[in-house]
Amino acid sequence: MLETLMLSRIQFAANISFHILFPTITIALSWFLVYFKIRFDQTQHPVWMRAYRFWVKIFALTFAIGVVTGITMSFQFGTNWPGFMEKVGNIAGPLLGYEVLTAFFLEASFLGIMLFGIKRVPPKIHTLSTIIVAIGTSLSAFWILALNSWMQTPTGFEMRDGVAFPVDWLDIIFNPSFPYRLSHMLIASGLTAAFLIAGVSAYRLLKGDDKRAPKLTLKISLTVAMLLTPLQAFVGDLHGLNTLEHQPQKIAAMEGVWHTEKSAPLLLFAIVDEEKRTNHFELGLPGIASLILTHDINGEIKGLNEFEGNHPPVAPVFYAFRIMIGIGVLMLLISWLAGIKLWRQKTLSPWLLKAIVAMTFSGWIATLAGWYVTEIGRQPWLVTGVLTVKEAATDIAAGNVAFSLALYLIIYVIVMAAYLHTLFTMAKRAIEIEDFDAEPTAATNTQELHHV
Amino acid sequence: MFEQTTLAVVFVGLMGLSVLLYAILDGYDLGVGMLLPLKNDSECDSMIASIGPFWDANETWLVMAVGLLLIAFPLAHSIVFKALYLPTLLLLISLIMRGIAFDFRVKAPFSHKPTWNLMFKLGSLLAALSQGYMLGMYIMGFEQSVAAVLFSLLSALGVTAAYCLIGAAWLVMKTEHTLQRKAINWTKKSLIGCFIGVVAVSFINPLVNPDVFKTWLSNDNAWLILPLPILCFALFVIGFRKIKQLSELTHDDHCWQPFVITVAIFTLCFSGLAISFFPYIVPGQLTIWQAVAAPEALNFILWGAIIVIPTIIGYTIFSYRVFWGKVTELTYY
Ligand code: HDD
Ligand code: HEM
Ligand code: HEM
Repeated sequence: MLETLMLSRIQFAANISFHILFPTITIALSWFLVYFKIRFDQTQHPVWMRAYRFWVKIFALTFAIGVVTGITMSFQFGTNWPGFMEKVGNIAGPLLGYEVLTAFFLEASFLGIMLFGIKRVPPKIHTLSTIIVAIGTSLSAFWILALNSWMQTPTGFEMRDGVAFPVDWLDIIFNPSFPYRLSHMLIASGLTAAFLIAGVSAYRLLKGDDKRAPKLTLKISLTVAMLLTPLQAFVGDLHGLNTLEHQPQKIAAMEGVWHTEKSAPLLLFAIVDEEKRTNHFELGLPGIASLILTHDINGEIKGLNEFEGNHPPVAPVFYAFRIMIGIGVLMLLISWLAGIKLWRQKTLSPWLLKAIVAMTFSGWIATLAGWYVTEIGRQPWLVTGVLTVKEAATDIAAGNVAFSLALYLIIYVIVMAAYLHTLFTMAKRAIEIEDFDAEPTAATNTQELHHV
Repeated sequence: MFEQTTLAVVFVGLMGLSVLLYAILDGYDLGVGMLLPLKNDSECDSMIASIGPFWDANETWLVMAVGLLLIAFPLAHSIVFKALYLPTLLLLISLIMRGIAFDFRVKAPFSHKPTWNLMFKLGSLLAALSQGYMLGMYIMGFEQSVAAVLFSLLSALGVTAAYCLIGAAWLVMKTEHTLQRKAINWTKKSLIGCFIGVVAVSFINPLVNPDVFKTWLSNDNAWLILPLPILCFALFVIGFRKIKQLSELTHDDHCWQPFVITVAIFTLCFSGLAISFFPYIVPGQLTIWQAVAAPEALNFILWGAIIVIPTIIGYTIFSYRVFWGKVTELTYY
């Protein structure tokens, strides 16, 4: 059954990794849309409506992919991880259930009004629908992260005959790592959407789009990025301290500390050697890891030697962590550099615009890297101390899982290619359209106006 | 706090409600998708515009039904989806294809539109077929035999005809002129297909499942449930007459009737199936009381459900009222 297990793991990782790309955008993009719409209601200035109109279409596209890939996720637990529901279903079930009840229906129902109802309901109701959709996406992040955090740091339950029973729901939902994980994820989503907006706006400017809307959205998204990048580093630091308390072996893998040491260095780079249980070519800042994690330059960090046979694979956690932090630092630099320039000189030079275009999907990479740290870092556990991944796996024939995995991968490649292609087609189309100060009429550009 | 035995009944009821609502709601939008006339782009546009604001929420009832099975009867969830691994995969892939085609067909470069239309149609068809196949397998208790596969294929065709029927009836209600004439014609044809399917499943089901036979034919209380098939038959007859009338009428006042009749047929057929299998959650293997989850978990979610489900139904009605009446072009502004 080892093959089935491996294939199921790859399939789960592929499905969730693909799914999360789209929610990370929609969760925050919906709040950007709320902002554009409210500003339009206040000022009646058409530039806000144009910003809203352009981005609401990208939102709809992204949302649709988020929904259909999410439906796949909800079948996965039964098809590939039956042991998961048998052992912790009493806790995972209701949390997933509340997500459907409070979030999915809300966002899906008001999405129709938000997208197509603008002429059919009063402006206030339309703005309200937009707000409700945004609340719905954030609520679904709340519930699914409550579950995921509970799996990392379980509390509020008791084991009877090998099955987990809930004792205190508040303890289950607000488990120790939840506040950190939720805020870190929501900010990650904000950054992902901000850099997407900035990147596509910069692309339009580079292609000679002279309208006001892309300039405005560039400014807004850079401002948001300037605020969120330092905040994310701060929350990430708190998150790390929390992990040190509850999952010290994960921190040891993230920092590449093989042997318990005092005054541990912050490794900027190293080649991890899992066989010899050491690192090569270390490049680090002495004492800084201890300083960050224990707030004492001589503080002691537990090494992987204390968890032998019971810690995650080190290399993926170690490298993924560095990718996330690296992108975080890059985001900080670029957003502040561009933000200050824009504030002082009102325009950006082409090379800075190009750098912003290059960062369009940086949020995706950092988010995936962050999740890989978290998820691989808790191996071999599925629910820390309660259930291992192996125990949860299905016993379906490996051939079936291989078949489904192959099919999913093919579909994902097609969808991703179509998504990226369409995104830039839409940006190009927006450039060609004339800037109109009045309400657009059907005659000016029929193709742009109509959904179908 | 409810007892575990009561909770099992409450949750199987909620799950039944979700499945029925799913079949009706996503049924009509899958049906519309299957009926797309690929050669006529403007008709494709109107038909898709008629389901545009709703398809996402409709599909959420599937997530709800599967979620309830997972929450309340986790053991049954594993048995069902392990047995149906490949048909489930087909269903998921077709739902992905279709959901994505819906958005790409108008946003991708215009030359690609016919391809995405085709994708939408195929996705809808495959989703309907795989759901019907899964229903057939379920009725046969996941038996691995040629007979079971044949029956499931029959059931796949039946469900596909039923979704075409409700989709066509939806279009009769939501469209005008030539497209409405076409929809009336589609309704007539799929009504015949659906009728054959219902009759076939109703005869074969008791023959292969002794428990079902007992429930319907050798039970003292059978007279209580026998009106069900009779009513269903009557509805088919009324449906045929109404459709004939509609195709001769020149005004539009009765355009909602085929849809309402179809919803009634769906409800009756579903109740028939539910009565056949109660209290089994996996036919012949597992009853709801054997499979039910812990009361601590179920009570927690039930209180939420009692408050939230009426709210969901409320805002669903609101959304249908916003888009009431004949379909107009879908625009983002
Ligand atoms: C942090 C956010 C997040 C994470 C970690 C996940 N999801 Fe998700 N999911 C969302 C955030 C989200 C969302 C923002 O609410 C989506 C994405 C786009 C959308 O339309 O809703 C969504 C859609 C979505 C849908 C479709 C809902 C509908 O019909 O409207 C389902 C069934 C799931 N998800 C299920 C899951 C499962 C089982 C997950 C984990 C194993 C999961 N999601 C991880
Ligand atoms: C949203 C972003 C997420 C990403 C990118 C992600 C990624 C991953 C990856 C890469 C693994 C594989 C680890 C390994 O096997 O070495 C994994 C495992 C797992 N994750 Fe997540 N995950 C995410 C969220 C979640 C959530 C929200 C849940 C549950 C509610 C979850 C449940 C699981 C389970 C059940 C496994 C075990 C299966 C396995 O080891 O492959 N994940 N995840
Ligand atoms: C720059 C400073 C940052 C620090 C110090 C930091 C810190 C961390 C830590 C310690 C974890 C592991 C949590 C665990 O132990 O389970 C983590 C996870 C994660 N990071 Fe970061 N991070 C930073 C930047 C970013 C950026 C820029 C993004 C994305 C835009 C991001 C997205 C994520 C995500 C999605 C996860 C997984 C979910 C979670 O556990 O919260 N991080 N981060």
